[in-house]
Amino acid sequence: MATAAKTSPAKAKADAKPDMQLRGTLEAPAPSTLSKEQELAAYRQMLLIRRFEEKAGQLYGMGFIGGFCHLYIGQEAVVTGMKLGMREGDQMITAYRDHGHMLAMDMDPRGVMAELTGRRGGYSKGKGGSMHMFSKENKFYGGHGIVGAQVSLGTGLAFANKYREDGSVCVTYFGDGAANQGQVYESFNMASLWKLPVVYVIENNRYAMGTSVSRSSAETVFSQRGVSFRIPGMQVDGMDVRAVKSASEYALEYARSGQGPIILEMQTYRYRGHSMSDPAKYRSKDEVQKMRSEHDPIEQVKNRMIENGWASEDELKSIDKEVRDIVADSADFAQTDPEPDASELYTDILL
Amino acid sequence: MPSRTMIEAIRSAMDVSMERDDKVVVFGEDVGFFGGVFRCTEGLQKKYGASRCFDAPISESGIVGAAVGMAAYGLRPVAEIQFADYMYPGYDQIVSEAARLRFRTAGDFTAPMVVRMPCGGGIFGGQTHSQSPEALFTHVSGLKTVIPSNPYDAKGLLISAIEDDDPVIFLEPKRLYNGPFDGHHDRPVVPWSKHDLSEVPDGHYTVPIGKAVVRREGSAVTVLAYGTMVHVAEAAANDTGIDAEIIDLRTLMPLDIDTIVRSVEKTGRCVVVHEATRTSGFGAELAAEVQERCFYHLEKPVQRVTGWDTPYPHVHEWEYFPGPKRVGEALIEATAKD
Repeated sequence: MATAAKTSPAKAKADAKPDMQLRGTLEAPAPSTLSKEQELAAYRQMLLIRRFEEKAGQLYGMGFIGGFCHLYIGQEAVVTGMKLGMREGDQMITAYRDHGHMLAMDMDPRGVMAELTGRRGGYSKGKGGSMHMFSKENKFYGGHGIVGAQVSLGTGLAFANKYREDGSVCVTYFGDGAANQGQVYESFNMASLWKLPVVYVIENNRYAMGTSVSRSSAETVFSQRGVSFRIPGMQVDGMDVRAVKSASEYALEYARSGQGPIILEMQTYRYRGHSMSDPAKYRSKDEVQKMRSEHDPIEQVKNRMIENGWASEDELKSIDKEVRDIVADSADFAQTDPEPDASELYTDILL
Repeated sequence: MPSRTMIEAIRSAMDVSMERDDKVVVFGEDVGFFGGVFRCTEGLQKKYGASRCFDAPISESGIVGAAVGMAAYGLRPVAEIQFADYMYPGYDQIVSEAARLRFRTAGDFTAPMVVRMPCGGGIFGGQTHSQSPEALFTHVSGLKTVIPSNPYDAKGLLISAIEDDDPVIFLEPKRLYNGPFDGHHDRPVVPWSKHDLSEVPDGHYTVPIGKAVVRREGSAVTVLAYGTMVHVAEAAANDTGIDAEIIDLRTLMPLDIDTIVRSVEKTGRCVVVHEATRTSGFGAELAAEVQERCFYHLEKPVQRVTGWDTPYPHVHEWEYFPGPKRVGEALIEATAKD
């Protein structure tokens, strides 16, 4: 693992090792050391996402949420760590596994859960559902149901940032499956050609729905997918929030400095099925269990805090309770808030 | 004869076709190892190997384009687009390449390929998993567009599609996969095993492309329907007690206009139903054809019952979906004495 000092974002291309430069990859900076406050904040954020998703799964089982619902459980460190490296004004856009991203962007859990149940207090007034939510205020640009389609949108957002000279960076997420979409490469080319401030975060959770990376991808090192477009990339331990944070800081500084796009391949894992109807026959229970017991992002932080004497079990329990209360409140709201009026069907279509 | 769900019938059609012709290959997102999100290809890779039933990356344009190339050089590819809503990146390949290959090469090359895609709503899938884009295909010369309403037709039509020498868009109403859904969403799900048309032979048979069928004989009004709406129309006729003649179009292009004209000349009234949005929907074409050919037989204007001109909604699915109540109202209106 290279140290952060070796590869400063300002001169990343010059610093890259010759062989790595040929392959277009950079070594990830060393994981950040988090302060007590940062560890506690990361713990709370990741726990909120996990408990929220567990509750969403329950509400789905009870019939309050219908249709499609993709849970983020297992991948919490990615959005949480990325957010730690972002600054005010930076945007985020992602695909359909989006609940965690919205919570990381400080969107109201009530509004997210109520959208899942199709209520008028949902972020899209119940008209969008799980995959289609947005918040202008929180700079969250969706929530997109078509695999890979948001990558071009994120590239366009970055173009606007550059055009407006506002110094913002668009963090554009997609998965290992979406990495095989043609429009991703059209976007890569434009972003690099025009030196756009965009960070492409590939959440490699190893499975595109039910198809493993090795069965769908000729090049499985996704950080190298930008080589033909002169976009550098790095692989990051996406289960370690510290590693994600340092990669995020590096990449955002790189993109902000005017050098163009950069790719972060987050090596992560989803514990649940692709969606609620996925029987998950394509992988073994052992594989899932191994990730849970050896790499769980939340347990990692928890263990560090206890080892360092930064938090007692009791203190962690009180965080757990606070998070559970927030999630319970959002679930109550999402079950009691009224559905939108049928006349809403014809609103927001054209001006 | 065994009773089969629509999923099993579609799988059987591919199985039979792969068995008979080693030029038939099946591919798409998740179709190989995983067996397809709706399980339509389950077991095919195991039986025929990964060279004949295989996974494609999430690349709809690439999938359709590759199928065109395969078809042009002698194979009979059956490509699956996981949801019809995912088809748009591949639309250029369908329109500019697949549909036009025969014309552009003056018949030197053809594209004998099938693009299967689950379509339609009723599963609470929201805007990107519920659409009915059939009119986007019927508008393109050079394509055949097929949409079955039951397991028997699904198997026979899919075999015909695979054996057809032109590109066929094969739309599978996903709400029908596991039962004959009639739009009464608040009632228990009826399984296919209780329906006559789930009796599906094991072996090879075909249902011809371009032939509609009268699903319910009647004298009061002609209902033109396809896919899920055939069952909804039957429910509406039963609920209202109106003696409707229900035609299941089965193929939208080429359209079996003779069966339609024969019925409308008999009843003098016509209701067109589809799930897709109203404006420029396939119902508009049907209404135009009926008034051109049956003008002097019509007692009333042709009615359309369709989805609204809105994106497919999330929470308002059942306000959008043209269920038996709305179809029934149209039947009453169409048969009312002035």
